Amino acid sequence: MADLTTDFLGIKSPNPFWLASAPPTDKEYNVRRAFEAGWGGVVWKTLGSEGPPVVNVNGPRYGAIYGADRRLLGLNNIELITDRPLEVNLREIKTVKRDYPDRAMIVSLMVPCEEEAWKAILPRVEDTGADGIELNFGCPHGMSERGMGSAVGQVPEYIEMVTRWCKQHSRMPVIVKLTPNITDVRYPARAAKAGGADAVSLINTISSITSVNLDDFSPEPSIDGKGSHGGYCGPAVKPIAMNMVAEIARDPETHGLPISGIGGITTWRDAAEFISLGCGTVQVCTAAMTYGFKVVEEMKSGLSQWMDEKGYARIDDFMGRAVPNVTDWQYLNLNYVTKARIDQDSCIKCGRCYVACEDTSHQAISMSPDRVFEVIDEECVACNLCVNVCPVEDCITMEKMQVGQVDPRTGKTVEPDYANWTMHPNNPSSQAAE
Amino acid sequence: MASTPWTPGITAGRLSQEEIKQNFSDIDPLFEPHEAAVAADRCYFCYDAPCITACPTAIDIPLFIRQIQTGTPEAAAKTILDQNILGGMCARVCPTETLCEEACVREAAEGKPVEIGRLQRYATDTLMAASVHPFERGPETGKTIAVVGAGPAGLACAHRLAMRGHSVTLFEAKEKLGGLNEYGIAAYKTAGGFAEREVDWLLQIGGITVEYGRKLGSGLELGTLTSEYDAVFLGVGLGAVNALRAEGEDKDGVQDAVAFIADLRQSDDLTKLPIGRNVIVIGGGMTAVDAAVQSKLLGAENVTIAYRRGRDRMGASGHEQDHATSAGVRLLTHVVLRQVIGNGAVREAEFEYVTETDGGLAGTGETFRLPADQIFKAIGQTLEAGPEGLTLQGNKIAVDENGRTSIDGVWAGGDCAAGGDDLTVTAVAEGRDAAEDIHRALSQ
Repeated sequence: MADLTTDFLGIKSPNPFWLASAPPTDKEYNVRRAFEAGWGGVVWKTLGSEGPPVVNVNGPRYGAIYGADRRLLGLNNIELITDRPLEVNLREIKTVKRDYPDRAMIVSLMVPCEEEAWKAILPRVEDTGADGIELNFGCPHGMSERGMGSAVGQVPEYIEMVTRWCKQHSRMPVIVKLTPNITDVRYPARAAKAGGADAVSLINTISSITSVNLDDFSPEPSIDGKGSHGGYCGPAVKPIAMNMVAEIARDPETHGLPISGIGGITTWRDAAEFISLGCGTVQVCTAAMTYGFKVVEEMKSGLSQWMDEKGYARIDDFMGRAVPNVTDWQYLNLNYVTKARIDQDSCIKCGRCYVACEDTSHQAISMSPDRVFEVIDEECVACNLCVNVCPVEDCITMEKMQVGQVDPRTGKTVEPDYANWTMHPNNPSSQAAE
Repeated sequence: MASTPWTPGITAGRLSQEEIKQNFSDIDPLFEPHEAAVAADRCYFCYDAPCITACPTAIDIPLFIRQIQTGTPEAAAKTILDQNILGGMCARVCPTETLCEEACVREAAEGKPVEIGRLQRYATDTLMAASVHPFERGPETGKTIAVVGAGPAGLACAHRLAMRGHSVTLFEAKEKLGGLNEYGIAAYKTAGGFAEREVDWLLQIGGITVEYGRKLGSGLELGTLTSEYDAVFLGVGLGAVNALRAEGEDKDGVQDAVAFIADLRQSDDLTKLPIGRNVIVIGGGMTAVDAAVQSKLLGAENVTIAYRRGRDRMGASGHEQDHATSAGVRLLTHVVLRQVIGNGAVREAEFEYVTETDGGLAGTGETFRLPADQIFKAIGQTLEAGPEGLTLQGNKIAVDENGRTSIDGVWAGGDCAAGGDDLTVTAVAEGRDAAEDIHRALSQ
């Protein structure tokens, strides 16, 4: 049996599945249920400064995007940080951590960008016995209008400054949670590292409008006919999150900085992918909000089975294994030639590959009167669209052409050697080999 | 004393009012919106979809399903009705398992096709519930056309002609329009008076005058029609029933299945409709199944379908056969009725086992008898003696691909015309296509 335990910044948890700072971790009742269900850790819903509690809207907070059969693919929210009194949250954190010493307890924080504010809250969090803090520089809605959340996360200098204050005024490990609502995630990550962050976590939610009501033309979720952009999450954001994680993992300036991966993790497979891109733990929210805490059982059993099948004894054994394979386009091997192949036995003759190629791509699939679909190698550029639109898994595959074969499209022999754009004769900046 | 399924002979009231109501309720109830959404989500929106090819009326099925998916069932209904004005009825009675749903790629993929028939009904019922008739009559052409027979072919033809601006006179022999939709299909497939409602809805197009009680050959002569109208369409169906050619078939209790179904469909109290304790249906088509299942639902104790060949040769689809057996009907195959036994009224039926030989059938000599109070003949129908001058092909009116008969200015379609399966949907296609051809001919 694979060992799922993780040691992230010295914080141990029985498995890498943490609940992200969000509604599921807003109070003791939920967090106890989560731990009973088997979650490895939680990041407690973001606490603000002492004072009058935050006020939320009294209408809908969430909007959604659906796939077939109303499967929830994307969720958006305009809920603010915890609206419960600070001392209540702190008391509950302490109680839960005392009762579940083996689970990771991270406390998310968002207070004004003033040193005094951070200095005031840090000792009180430390007093709960929590394992670490996560700085919420990510939420794109509501609090950002007050100069917090993503308003901080979008300015690397602020990230560095606040991170430094936290390291200065606390002994706890500091995780900086990054917003995806920027152009290049490496800058905020570098700033976090420069400020002394022990880790980064990403992504927070993406600014979004999920839909517009076509009767009253209000964005959803609608509050009395008006809507405000919310933070988008769920399966739909996973590709965006993984790219950002990979960018940080392979950036020479931040390479090796521990990462807690967040963004649409719904199954064990999603988690394994994030971990392979360098994450030490993963954080989940939407999957739990859609299906309840029990989903962690599938995540644990699936990850464990896959690790056993692959011979990975520990999470560390495959952590970051995909990072060296993330590269720039210019370094992709142009001598790697593939062609689409359609398995006639599994083809159900829907014709989607044909019409996709015919209408929108390279006219590289033929259709016979009796609906046999075949690839025209002379036209196939191996774009993969047919594979992507085929409803039958593995019916269409990309087959690698062997060295020495002639690509009927280009008339060129497949070369054995790696050659990329930087070496290509069409590239004005390429250096001709002398 | 009330009757029961075990009461001997032919009697009414074998089942209670409640049981009858339950038995004859809608066999495939209308989808709820959520069910429709789930079912619609399964469609792959195939290119040049096999289901369209399999549909005799070539409804753009992927398009209408996508229209349901995106919350516009009314637009979906328009897509259906553009091709098939009786799309509501076809959604109920089409053997989809041998047409669109058999061709569905998900049938190939996982043996579970998209539920096209039920989705079609969801769309058409939604539109009809809103009393919307989405077609308008074109500008008056001044041309007049006689349509004889108001079954699916005649109705489809009349509607399309009216849409093209022609004035149609629709001649119907019976008291109600609809043909087999009204008289010949199992009640549970078209519950709630749907056939009649659909006809009323169809006639909203305008430009169609109905004359009831007018039967071809009985005061209504083709020669007169051709001289008085610019064109004539014959959709008269098959009025005569084939003979059994079994000894004693004239005994009381031996009836046509189509007549039994018609009586049943027109009955306003099924507890008053007599049915035998032991019922035998001779035949293997949809009518045989409809007669047998409904006999069972009326409370007959033993119902047997006796068919001369194997199940694979039955006109009723596998789905229909399963429906019959699940209703408690016994399917006997490779048997031929040889003798009807009884003193005045039928009491027993004697069968002989047969084997198939090079397309023919040969008796084995082995016989057996079944108790029988009623025997329904469902061995196919034939054209009643047609008007003189019409060339026949087999026993049906010969037509070309546009439905033109051998007489200039006379078209035919539906069951009375040669070619095509005897299905509602095929009749609709033939009526529609003949109308377009008539329109082309009259526009020249």
